[in-house]
Amino acid sequence: MKKGERDMTVMEDDIREGVDRETVETVRAMAGKYKHGWETEIEMEFAPKGLNEEIVRLISKKNEEPEWMTEWRLSAFRRWQQMEEPEWAMVHYPKIDYQDQYYYAKPKSMQEKPKSLDEVDPKLLATYEKLGIPLREQMILAGVEGAEEAPAQARKVAVDAVFDSVSVGTTFKEELAKAGVIFCSISEAIREHPELVRKYLGSVVPQSDNFFATLNSAVFSDGSFVYVPPGVRCPMELSTYFRINAENTGQFERTLIIADKGSYVSYLEGCTAPRRETTQLHAAVVEIVLLEDAEVKYSTVQNWYPGDEEGKGGIFNFVTKRADCRGDRSKVMWTQVETGSAVTWKYPSCILRGDESQGEFYSIAITNNYQQADTGTKMIHLGKNTKSRIVSKGISAGRAQNTYRGLVSMHPKAKNSRNYTQCDSLLIGDRCGAHTVPYIEVKNNSSRVEHEATTSKVDDDQLFYCRSRGMDEEEALALIVNGFAKEVLQALPMEFAMEAQQLVAISLEGSVG
Amino acid sequence: MALAQAKRTATEARLAALELPAGAGWATRAREEALARLRETGLPARRDEYWRYTDPATLNAPAPEPAALFDPREPMPFSEVDRLKVVFVDGVFDPEASDDLSMAGIEIERLAETAARDIHWAKDLYGVLEARGQSPVPRPLAALNTAAATDGIVIRVTGKAPRPVSLIYLHRSETSDAVLHHLVRVEEGAEMTLLENGPAAARFNKVLEVDVADGGAFHHVRAQGRDHERRAATHIFARLGEKSIFKSFTLTVNGKLTRNETVIELTGDNAVAHVAGAALGDADFHHDDTVFITHDAVECESRQVFKKVLRNGAVGVFQGKILVKPGAQKTDGYQISQALLLDDDSQFLAKPELEIYADDVICSHGSTSGAIDETAMFYLRSRGVPRDEAQDLLVIAFLAEAIDEIEDEAIADDILARLQAWLARHRH
Repeated sequence: MKKGERDMTVMEDDIREGVDRETVETVRAMAGKYKHGWETEIEMEFAPKGLNEEIVRLISKKNEEPEWMTEWRLSAFRRWQQMEEPEWAMVHYPKIDYQDQYYYAKPKSMQEKPKSLDEVDPKLLATYEKLGIPLREQMILAGVEGAEEAPAQARKVAVDAVFDSVSVGTTFKEELAKAGVIFCSISEAIREHPELVRKYLGSVVPQSDNFFATLNSAVFSDGSFVYVPPGVRCPMELSTYFRINAENTGQFERTLIIADKGSYVSYLEGCTAPRRETTQLHAAVVEIVLLEDAEVKYSTVQNWYPGDEEGKGGIFNFVTKRADCRGDRSKVMWTQVETGSAVTWKYPSCILRGDESQGEFYSIAITNNYQQADTGTKMIHLGKNTKSRIVSKGISAGRAQNTYRGLVSMHPKAKNSRNYTQCDSLLIGDRCGAHTVPYIEVKNNSSRVEHEATTSKVDDDQLFYCRSRGMDEEEALALIVNGFAKEVLQALPMEFAMEAQQLVAISLEGSVG
Repeated sequence: MALAQAKRTATEARLAALELPAGAGWATRAREEALARLRETGLPARRDEYWRYTDPATLNAPAPEPAALFDPREPMPFSEVDRLKVVFVDGVFDPEASDDLSMAGIEIERLAETAARDIHWAKDLYGVLEARGQSPVPRPLAALNTAAATDGIVIRVTGKAPRPVSLIYLHRSETSDAVLHHLVRVEEGAEMTLLENGPAAARFNKVLEVDVADGGAFHHVRAQGRDHERRAATHIFARLGEKSIFKSFTLTVNGKLTRNETVIELTGDNAVAHVAGAALGDADFHHDDTVFITHDAVECESRQVFKKVLRNGAVGVFQGKILVKPGAQKTDGYQISQALLLDDDSQFLAKPELEIYADDVICSHGSTSGAIDETAMFYLRSRGVPRDEAQDLLVIAFLAEAIDEIEDEAIADDILARLQAWLARHRH
C-alpha cells in the first residue's frame, strides 16, 4: 500500500500487543492528508474580477465605510500601483496576475446581516463545525484533550469567523463587553469605533510598508479588531478562524489589536482552505499596539492548503505582522506553526520602542513536497533594557525549501539590551533545502546579541531506537520532529498545542521511504 | 535586467579613465570578457544586497582619495621569517628591492611578462575563478581588476616550497591607485605559504586566484598595512581539488575602508578550507569581511573564524555564507563571527548565512556582539592586574580562536606581537 493511503480497517487489525488504544487513536487522527481540503457549496456574491479604483470603492461601500476609510484605501491603492513586487525572498512562483482575482466574495445568505449567531446560514455554521470551530458559545474548542479538567473560566474561547471576505460572526461578544473588551470584525469596528481605528490603523504597518501590505490596505475586506482597556486581563482567549472557500478569490484580512495600559490578551489564529488545482492569494496585515505594561500573546496555526504532491495549487501566503511595543515594560510574544501554504512570506516583527519592553518569537515552519517558506522575524530594539528572544525551527522534506530570514537591530539608544537567537533546521531527504539568512546590526556596546544556527538531519540512532520499539518509520519521524520542535510547541496555548503536534505529523507524511 | 541609470553612469565614468593593458591574445580576451562582466553588473552600489553595510563610493570613483603616507616606525611584519621577498611599490613590481625569483619547487613570474606570452598555463586561470565567483553574487570590483591589472605575480608550485613567498606592498605616493592580480597554481601534492603585508597604495584593488590541485596545500597569512587613510578592496578566489588544503588568515589594523572578499569552491572530495580574520579598528575604520564558501563535493570541511575589536566609532562588517550544493553530503561547515565593542560608538553589522541543499551535513554558525565581560575584568583586577593590561589580555583571549588558525608558530607569534603592540598604542 502506498504511504499516506493507509486504510483505517487495516490499521484496526494491525494493533500490536502492548500498544494502547490512545496511541492508535492519535495515529489514526494523524493519518490522511490535508484534512481541510473540502469545499462548502454555498451561493456567493462576487465583486467583478480585477482590481481598480472602482473595486476599492465597492469593497468600501459593501462594508458601509465612512468617507475617510474609502479615501484611505484609495490612497493605498494609488501607491500600490507604483510599487514593484519584491523578489528578495527565496521563494519562486509564477507571476501573479492581480487582475485575474476576485477581491470580494461574500456568501449570499450574509446579504442581510444576521442579528445573532442563530440567524447565520446553517451551511456556514456547519463549515466551521466541520473544521472543529463551533460557532456556538460553547466552553471549548472541539478536540481539545484534557480540557475537561481545566477550570471553567480558562476554557472559554471567543471566536471571530471569517469566511472569504466577510466575518460570519463573533462569539461571546456580550460577555467580553462586560469586561470592557471590544472583539468584533474590523468592518464593524470601522463603523462602531472609528476613533480607535482611525488612531491606530496603519500606525504599525504603514500603507507604504511593502507591496503586499499596501495591496492589503487598499482591498482588505474583513478581519478582527480587539481593544483591551487599561488594566483589563481579557477573561478568555480570543480567536479568529480564517477560511478561504471561493475559487480564484484572494483573501485580504486585516487584524488590529490594541492592548491598553496594563492589559493582557491571548489571541489565536487559524486558517484553512479547500484543495484546488489553482493557486490562491492571501495577503494579510496584522497590527498590534501595546501601551505601557501591556502583554499580548499571538499564536498562529497556519494550515492553508499547501498544494498537492506535485506542487499543484495551494495558497500563496504573503503576510505582514508587526507589534509595536510603544509603552515601557510591554511584552509581545509571537508563536507560529507554519505547515500550510504553497508559498509563505511572513515575518512577524517586534518594534521594542518602550524601555524594558520584550519581544519573543517562536516558530516552527514545516515544508514538504514543493512547499516554499521564507519566514522569520525582526526585532528592532529602540528602547533601553529591551529584550528579545527568537527560537526558530525549520523542517524541510520532499523537494521543499525552508528559509529563516531575520533581523536583530540594536539602535545606539537601546542600551543594555539583549537578544538571543536560535535557528535550527532539520532536513529530511536529499532533495530539499534549508537556509538561514540572519541580519545582525549592533550599534552600542552595552547590548549583547547572540545568534546560533545549526542544520542537521534526523539522527539515525534516534530513528533506529524508535523503530526498535515498534514504531513505523513515519510515526518515529513525527515523534523525533515533535521533539526537535518542542521548545516552540510548549509556547503554544493548550488549544493549539495538540492540533500543532498532529499537524507536524501530517505535514511530513510521505517524506520517508 | 536593465541596470539603473545611476549605476551605468558610475560604471562608464570609471571605465572612461581606464585603458586595457596590451597583451597576448588570451590575455586580451580575458580582459575584454571581464570588462563585459563588469558592464553587465555595473559597479557596486549601496542598494546592492551585499553592499548594504559598506559604502563603495570611494572604491568606485574614477580617481582615489589621496592618502597621507604613514611611517609605522617599526620593522614590517614577517621581518624575522626566512622568506622570498617580492616587492611592489604603489602597485608596481620593484626588481631592485625584490629577491631573486628562483626557488626550488616553485616557478615565479610577473603577470606583465606572462600576459605577453602566447602560450602560458595562466590562460586557464587568469579571470577564470573570478568569473566563476560572479554567480550568484556579483563581484564587480574583481571583474574591474581582471580587466585593468597590469602587474601581479604568477606562481606555479610543483613541489614543497622551502620558504614562504612574501609579497610586500609599499606605499610611496599619496595618490597611487594600485591594481594587482596574482595567480597561484598549486600542482598535485605540492605545497606553499604565501605572505602579504603592507598598505600598497592610497587605493588598492587586488585579486588573488588560487587553484589547488588534488592533495595540494596553500597557506596564506596577510597583515594589511597600518596606514590610516588607505582604502582597499581585495578578493581571493580559490578552487580546491580532492584532499587539498586551503588556509588563510588576515590581520587588519587601521585603514579607512577595507573590504576583503573570499570566495572558495570545494570541488574535490575531502577538501579543507579555513578562512580566518582578526581586525582591530580605532575611530575612522570600516572593515568588511565577505566570505562565500561553496561545498560541491562530499566530506569537505570548511571553517570561518572572524573576530573584530572595535572602538571610537569603528565599524565592523561580516557577511559569510556557506552554500552546500545538492549531493555535497557529509559536509562539515562551521562559521563564527564575533565582535568586541570597546565603547558605545562602535558598530558591528553581520549577516551570517547558510544555504543548504543536502541532508547529511553538519553546519552551524554563531555570531555574537557585546562588551568586555565585566566578571572576567573584575577577576583580573582582583588579582592585581592593572585595568589596561587586563583589557589587553581579554582582547587577546577573544582573538585567540582566529590566530590559532595560523599553523606556522613563528608567523603566529609575529602576528600576536603586532596585535599586542597595537593594543599598547591604543590604550586610553
